Amino acid sequence: MAYPGSSTARFGDSGSGTLRLLVYLALGVAMMVSDHRGGVLARVRQGATVAIEPVWWLASLPARLIEFTEAAVSNQTRLNRENTDLQQQLLLAKARIQRLESLGQENESLRGLLGGTRGYKLGVQLAGILDIDLDPVQQRIVLDVGANQGAHVDQVVIDAGGVLGQVIAVTPTRATALLITDPDAAVPVQAVRSGLRLIAYGTGHSDRLTVPNIPQSGDIKVGDELITSGIGGRFPAGFPVGRVAAVESDPSHAFVAASVIPAARLDRSGNVLLVSNLSDDAAPVGPPMPDDLPARRAAAALALRAATAKLPRSTATAPTVPSAQPAQTQPPTERRR
Amino acid sequence: MNRANIGFFWLPLSVALGIVLGIVPLPDAVAPMRPYFLGLILTYWLLETPDRVGMGAAFTIGLIGDLAFGTLIGEQALRLTVLAFIVQRFRARLRFFPLWQQSLAVFALLVNDRVIAAAVRMALGENVPRWPFWLSPLLALPLWPWLVVLFDTLRMRARERRP
Repeated sequence: MAYPGSSTARFGDSGSGTLRLLVYLALGVAMMVSDHRGGVLARVRQGATVAIEPVWWLASLPARLIEFTEAAVSNQTRLNRENTDLQQQLLLAKARIQRLESLGQENESLRGLLGGTRGYKLGVQLAGILDIDLDPVQQRIVLDVGANQGAHVDQVVIDAGGVLGQVIAVTPTRATALLITDPDAAVPVQAVRSGLRLIAYGTGHSDRLTVPNIPQSGDIKVGDELITSGIGGRFPAGFPVGRVAAVESDPSHAFVAASVIPAARLDRSGNVLLVSNLSDDAAPVGPPMPDDLPARRAAAALALRAATAKLPRSTATAPTVPSAQPAQTQPPTERRR
Repeated sequence: MNRANIGFFWLPLSVALGIVLGIVPLPDAVAPMRPYFLGLILTYWLLETPDRVGMGAAFTIGLIGDLAFGTLIGEQALRLTVLAFIVQRFRARLRFFPLWQQSLAVFALLVNDRVIAAAVRMALGENVPRWPFWLSPLLALPLWPWLVVLFDTLRMRARERRP
């Protein structure tokens, strides 16, 4: 009879042999169907895979042996070649660094000649974000450094992307920073392409800044990069602030307003850098602090623009007029304090 | 150690060899043409020790092969059972063929085996295998005499060492 596994049948008795064949065929087909459907046999296969593992290891042995031999033989020549290559690269890199160093020195001295106070001498300090407060009315972060670590008010907070905000309050162990997207924040910026000076205001949304009051003649278009202009001495010059995403005229059609996507990863950063301006004179360049403003306002023709701290924003800018710079220097973070 | 025991010792070893040879990584271009070592080895044992190796053993070896090669469980079992059936049928004649004639018969067996494999694959909805797939028996053809001579010699030695 046809028992699976019995192996006594041999010659002769062809009827029995055929029957056994049929039984085995049926068994094989049943197994294939079952395996194809992914039933019990899938689990059997998983178990068997563990047992089969050594066989696979054995089978891959020749290939690995060949690889090993190849590596051993080729290593010497390859290492030699790599060594010479790397040495050449090192020489090139060294030469480049020396050139950069000399350029840096040249730049330093030129800036010295110019009385460079545009804030290129910077001290930085790494800080971690402890707490984030992102709601439409106030956008702030709390950092894990404080006065004890050398943090102080007015330090600028940046991350890998660009300007994040500015420190507005410091305790011995903590510092609070106002993000540039806070509705009360404003950053003096400059379009990289055209050099146009503007002020970017926060909107309360962590992915959007707005630049209102651009004159109709202002040279700005979608895709323009905005960097800090350094005017006013609050923010060091040259840090990316954002990229113009949309430009549209405001309801009065007198000005153009641009919508800007911040360059800093405001809602993603975990570590930030505190930047302090190490320029020779610690006092900010530009107009005096808001406390003195009333006097100035009365005194000068600047008055119209200098009052931005309390007036609506529409009076804040006339960027092409040099005398308008004081308006941009309004320390935005002061306004809530 | 009697003859059956010798066979008992060599059979698993040769099957393991067949499986390892079937897995050894080859370049992609050559891999489909790999001779079916497991089938060759089984054929040898079917011819030499018919009292120990029959369709049941073929089925079992096929299952092991399926697990090792990662083919559908039952596919090789089915193929090897068919192979065993045919070899058993013609064993009396095959056994006494000259070696070259035997090689041709084995070639025919393996071609038949390929046909079954292709049929199984097509039944599962795969395409008809490409031409390298059909070259495998052709490569197995010259291997057969060497395999027979090698295994015969090894078994002879083992028998001599332990009379």
